[in-house]
Formats: sequence, C-alpha cells, structure tokens
Amino acid sequence: MFHSKPKSTFYKAHPLSLLIKILVWASVCITAFVLLFIIAYIFIKGVPHFSLDFFSLKYNSNNVSVLPSIITTIYMILISLLTALPFGIGCAIYLTEYAKESRFVRYIRVTTETLSGIPSIVYGLFGMLFFVTYLKWGFSILAGSLTLAIMILPLIIRSAEEAIIAVDNTYREASYGLGASKLRTIFRIVLPAAISGIFAGVILAIGRIVGESAALIYTAGTVAKIPISGFDSARTLSVHMYALSSEGLNTDKAYATAVVLVALVILINFLANTITKKVGNK
Amino acid sequence: MKKQKILDRLMGIVFRITATISIASVILILVFIVINSIPALREIGIFQFITGKTWAPTDTPASFGLLPMILGSIYVTAGAILIGVPLGLFTAIFMARFCPPKLYKFLKPLIDLLAGIPSIVYGFFGLVFIVPLVRTVLGGTGNSILTASILLGIMILPTIIGLSEAAIRAVPQSYYEGALSLGATHERAVFTLLLPAAKSGIFASVILGIGRAIGETMAVVMVAGNQARVPTGILNGVRTMTSSIVIEMGYAADLHRGALIASGLVLFVFILILNIAFSLLNTRKGA
Repeated sequence: MFHSKPKSTFYKAHPLSLLIKILVWASVCITAFVLLFIIAYIFIKGVPHFSLDFFSLKYNSNNVSVLPSIITTIYMILISLLTALPFGIGCAIYLTEYAKESRFVRYIRVTTETLSGIPSIVYGLFGMLFFVTYLKWGFSILAGSLTLAIMILPLIIRSAEEAIIAVDNTYREASYGLGASKLRTIFRIVLPAAISGIFAGVILAIGRIVGESAALIYTAGTVAKIPISGFDSARTLSVHMYALSSEGLNTDKAYATAVVLVALVILINFLANTITKKVGNK
Repeated sequence: MKKQKILDRLMGIVFRITATISIASVILILVFIVINSIPALREIGIFQFITGKTWAPTDTPASFGLLPMILGSIYVTAGAILIGVPLGLFTAIFMARFCPPKLYKFLKPLIDLLAGIPSIVYGFFGLVFIVPLVRTVLGGTGNSILTASILLGIMILPTIIGLSEAAIRAVPQSYYEGALSLGATHERAVFTLLLPAAKSGIFASVILGIGRAIGETMAVVMVAGNQARVPTGILNGVRTMTSSIVIEMGYAADLHRGALIASGLVLFVFILILNIAFSLLNTRKGA
C-alpha cells in the first residue's frame, strides 16, 4: 500500500480501521466456512449410501431408486428448453436487431424483470390453474415443463441479449457490405458469433430446472415412475428429494439424492464458468 | 430479390411476436390467479382475509385469516435480512476491495455455487443440521422463526454478495485514490467513500434478497414448524404464505382452495411492490 510504517504500529494509530479489517475478514471466513461445511456435510453423509440398486430402473420402496427421477429431470430439461429457447432467442433478436427504444420495448423489459422475480410457488399455482386444470392436462410432465419454460424465459432472454449485443458491429457491417440480407446476417453471422454466450445462459437455465421443486409438485405431480408419454405424471430429482425427506422414512437415501443434486450443480456451474471464460477471451 | 425482402419482413414480424412472450406470460399469470381468487375473496371478504387471525380451513364454520402467514413471511424475511445482509455486505466489500487475486479465483466460484444449490437441499440441510442445533442450544422443538431465518440468511448471501460487489466495483477508482492521497487508511477510504457511493446498488441487492426470502418455499417448509398461528417469540414455529400453499394445496377443495390461491395473490402483490421499488432504485442510479 501507500504507507511504509510497519503494520502493527500503523493499525495502532487507526484502531477503527483495524476493527473493520477484522470484521471484513471474519465475514468472509464465515461465508466460506458455511458453504464448504454444507457441501462437505452432504457428501460425507450421503456418499456411503450409494449402492447399485439406488440406480435401478424400477422404483420401489426398498431400493428408492433415483434413476426414474433422473430420467424425468432430463425430459423436463429438454421440453422446457425446446419451448423457451425459440421465444427467448427470438425476443432477444427483436430487442437487439430490430427494436428502437419504445413503449413496447419498455413493457417487454418490465415484464421480463417481473417474471424473474415471481416466486416459484406462484409459478406452481399458475401452472396448476392453467395447464393442469384449465387445459385439462392433469398432473403431467408437459404441464410441469411449460411452467418451467416460462420461469426460465427471463434468464434466456437476458443472456441471449447480452451475447448478441457483444457481437462486434463490424461483423454486421461487413455482412451487409457483401450484400447479405438482414435475416441472413442474423442467422449466419450474429447468432453463430453469440452462440457460446447463449449456451452459458442455457446451462444456467438447466441449473434452475434441476433445482426446482415448488413449481413442480402441483403441476407435474410426484409419481416415481419413468414416464412414457408427456401426459404422465412424474417427479424430478428435486421433487424426489422433497418426497423422501418429508416422508422421513428414507433419510439415508435423501442424503444420497442430495449428493447427486449437488454434484450436478457443481458440474453445471463448472461448465457455465468455462464457457463464460472462453467468451471473455475471444 | 423481392422474395428475399418479403421473407425479411415476415421474419421481422415473427421476432416481434416472440418478443411479446414475457408480456403475454405476465398477463396470463395475473389473470388466472386473480380470477381464481375472486370468488373466495368475495365470500371471505378481503379485509377479513388479510386481517383475520385464525386459519382453520377444516373447522365448521371454517375461518380463513391470512394474518399469521403474512406475519410469518415478514418475520422470517426480516430475520434473514438481519443475518444475511451484514454478512453478505462485508463479504462483498472483501471481494471487491480486500481480496487477493488468488483467493478470489477460489471464492468467486464458491459463492456462485452457493447460488446454484437447490432450495430443497438447503431445506434438508436445515432439517438435519440447523434444527437439531437450535433444539440443543436454545431448547424448544428447533422448528422456529430463528431456524428459518438462519437458513434463509445463508440462502440470500449470493444475491447480496453478487450485486453489492458489482455496485462497489462500479465506483470510480479516483474516489478511492483521492481518499488515500488525503491520508485515509484503506479501510476508511472503502467505508466512508466507496460504500456511500455504491448505496443504491447495495439497496437494490437487499430488495432482491427480500424477494428471494419471501418467495422461498421448500426450504422454509422443512424447518419452520408450519403452525398457522401468530407467533409470539423467535423460538415459536411459524408458517409462511408460501408454505401454506405447498402444505394444503394437495387436499384443499372449494373455498379452501380459493383461499390458498388468494394467498398466492397476496404474495404476488408483495413481490410486485418489491419489483417496483427495485426498478425505481435502478432508474435513479441510471440518472
């Protein structure tokens, strides 16, 4: 720093500064400790309960298999993304390549902001009232996935918009200069250049889907079987874990399921970080 | 060439249509929740619903007073803020101004991870660790306002840290250098200049934290005890609006179901108010 005196006498002259320094370091130590403790606790308690039949194809009350719920989670991710991506990316393209600041654009921004603040249980209520009851789909993967699709929209729109804005304008100008149409420029030049940023958003969205439970209990239901059709009720990994821990009969398996969930989240975060770094370097 | 132009126009319209998705979704959500709340609200009476102190949906006659749950939500959120904001703010200050780069490379992903852990995992951790801890140290059942506050306080940390850190980093470096050149210590410069300058960003992070805490469902259900009565102390069990919906929606019918949806509406209104406060802060920051 800017002072040359030895530290001990320096802080003796500024006791308040020393106190603040201690507080700041103590806070960060507590934060880091709490997080590491939670992860370590889950892993230490959960890993010993892994066994082969924990991953068997059929769920029964003996093996409490997680495999059906893992498959359901994958279905949910696919359907939600397939629904949300076209709308989300289309919206981002409109906002960046077409729109000028107008009232319409302001409404889009305000509502997107609102969507990202709505609690998941309210999404769950809406999904139940609209997809399950009004459209008469019943508790189903489809109802759950579409509810989640609305939930991840703000995330997709924002990351796609940021990625598209980050594309250098010279790319667009060069493309127009070569006589390409606007559409061709968007699909051949802008989107490919923005793809890794969009992908990072997709991965974060997957993280939200994997972790969601409150929005799914009353939309997709809690059946612990591998779903055959989109109108079957099924539980994702998180809902599975809720069922296990609230029943209180299979606490061991709940620990093991928590390990699977946390490991997934670590993997997802790692991927998102790697991609974001790659974008930054480019 | 002409075909190309028509296609361009057409796709422009398609993009414009996809752009309405957020607007359409918010309207749809509002309409469905409001329409399904109205009959129950009319039967119970809005005033009676919000200020009633007893929630006894299975009694005859049933009573639907949401006050215990509204208070429950407010208490656990306030507790979470008391625990999460100081800890998160100091950590954000550390991340922005104290952290050695090597440590930062380790801490930043760790805090991101904290944001990604599913709430059900937090809830489970609260159930198997914090609840017994509170029970042994302070007595009672362990399912209490305090337990829920501690857990929610941890859960809102990444929100507080992330946004506050960005706000502190956004303050021009010249503020800090000016303070140092006038003889201020590093700590003094950070606390008396950078923090006030980053004020609106820090408030925004607190508002988002409140939103996250008040809307949290699964983690609270598992640790708060869920008794639907007005709590009298922090070791009392408590039920929030969100928990109420999750617990009872499975078997509720008719008026009871309507009352639960109306609780969702009240929750939604809370969130809308927070959102408006948030965007007001943001626009002022921009000006």
